[in-house]
Amino acid sequence: MKIPQISVFLENKPGRLITPCRLLTEAGINILTLSLADTEQFGILRLIVRQWQRARDLLESSGLAVTVTEVLAIEVRDQPGGLLELLEVFQRAGINVEYMYAFTARLGNRAVLVFRFDDLDRAITALTRAGINPVSPVTLYDSLEEA
Amino acid sequence: MDSTTGVFHESVPFHPASSPDYVPVVPLRRLQSERLRQTVSRVYEHVAFYRQRMHKHGVAPVDVHSVDDIGRLPFTTKDDLRHAYPFGMFAVPIDQVAGLHPPSGLTDKPIVLAYTRRDLEMWTEVIVRCLACCGVRRGDIIQNGCGYNLFTDGLGLHYGAERLGAVVIPISGGDTDHQIMVMRDFGVSAICCTPSYLLYLIERAERLGVDLRQLPLRAAVLVAEPYSEAMRARIEEAAGIKAYEVYGSPEVLGLGVGAECPCQNGLHVLEDHFFPEIVDPATGEPLPEGEEGELVLTTLSRDAMPLLRYRTGDLTALLADPCPCGRTLRRIRRVGRRRGEMFVIEGVEVYVSQVEAALLAVEGTLPHYQIMLTQQEGLDQAEVRVEVTRQVLSDRVGALERLQHRLEQEILRATGVAIPVRLVEPQTIERQRGKGPRIVDTRND
Repeated sequence: MKIPQISVFLENKPGRLITPCRLLTEAGINILTLSLADTEQFGILRLIVRQWQRARDLLESSGLAVTVTEVLAIEVRDQPGGLLELLEVFQRAGINVEYMYAFTARLGNRAVLVFRFDDLDRAITALTRAGINPVSPVTLYDSLEEA
Repeated sequence: MDSTTGVFHESVPFHPASSPDYVPVVPLRRLQSERLRQTVSRVYEHVAFYRQRMHKHGVAPVDVHSVDDIGRLPFTTKDDLRHAYPFGMFAVPIDQVAGLHPPSGLTDKPIVLAYTRRDLEMWTEVIVRCLACCGVRRGDIIQNGCGYNLFTDGLGLHYGAERLGAVVIPISGGDTDHQIMVMRDFGVSAICCTPSYLLYLIERAERLGVDLRQLPLRAAVLVAEPYSEAMRARIEEAAGIKAYEVYGSPEVLGLGVGAECPCQNGLHVLEDHFFPEIVDPATGEPLPEGEEGELVLTTLSRDAMPLLRYRTGDLTALLADPCPCGRTLRRIRRVGRRRGEMFVIEGVEVYVSQVEAALLAVEGTLPHYQIMLTQQEGLDQAEVRVEVTRQVLSDRVGALERLQHRLEQEILRATGVAIPVRLVEPQTIERQRGKGPRIVDTRND
């Protein structure tokens, strides 16, 4: 149920995003979702792709610094309060969310969010207790690529 | 080899125990004094520059009896060599020159190196002794990653490695994937290159999935660049080898002036060919043993271009305490700083080595870095650019900002000046022949 996320280090300069995007395009790798965290000097591009090993090797061999971390994809009701319910689960369990971002596509009538925790396994336990199952990678990739 | 005269016989196979490295001090000083007298007479007779310089200093060849009189002789500086270009420092007619290394490009400050047959023989001998000092032996397979063109390191190492009875692969610099293939396929046991190139090769091998620790490689002979102990430790650990430094002075001979022994505690100077002194860089006054100053070398057996008291610009100290390896040759501390490898910011002298040590003190930072000096609105600005590697990369901005902050803290601690650090993408810092310029100074552009 853990989803591999690729992070790429980029200098904060015009045009730097083009390099990784072009490499993935040329290899026919579809970006399911992404987020960019940046400071004045540098940025970290985070990507969810199905063929993450290929994407990692490709980006690395082009000379970029790449790292892979595990995140969770969690469905929420796409209605007011959907996210709040989830955040309250984390708060009750005392779990810290490092960062989060969303998928643009939905699973049925539900939105899908990406969460990065400092302690992934504790987050999974808390979610399971609350009756919430993170989306498995296969389900995620299949349904998002269909959508 | 004849251990009393230090004459190196080509026909006799090299054996470390009979090397002049172990000559007792008294006969060594006698030999040095005799060679100094010869050198002084020769330059006085054949090099107009030295004749005039000695007249000016009120010293004649008869005044020099032994190495104790060396302080009476004038210094030679890099500028002197530039002014004498192209033939002014030659002590022999051109038809006796066997090897000539003109400047490697168009430059406004050219320097030339010339060797006679005897010089090439001496060069071969000192490289053999340096390699042997580093534990390289007959039968070793040596990958020579130093340039073979107008840079002298590649050729010098080649001559010496051949004479030592090693297998030499003259691969020169660059084309790293190819180097790694050769190293793996031929069971290379020793590599000669610059430290920054070896570091790059280690990174590249890692990326290609080649574990250097599993290969027969056991020694690296590192040349041409100062590097910190921390960088050496990282190289030794990552490649599963021992790394030794061989010192050269490009104006005095090229590579082969001194080398580290397995004790890794300073470099033995091949004193029977190069007489070392340490002087105060500002006043030129000799400094006592153990004190840091500028290394000054006098060639004792150079034929084509003998140099008296050449100011190398390298900052080091002379160590005379006995070395456990048994060599009687005095040692110099590893050259961490060169006169030019320093900049002044906010009125403080900062050495490149201090910055490097600080970067290395922060765990996980490989030292591909560059110090940028610029001028903004009349004020000097410094910035240290550090390449981000997979090892230190995090998906969290905060983690990278903390890394940046820790680097800045270490630099401040080491230098006393706050210099901002900028994290840059891998492979974006310029590398020239595996040797990148550590300081890029555009303040006066």
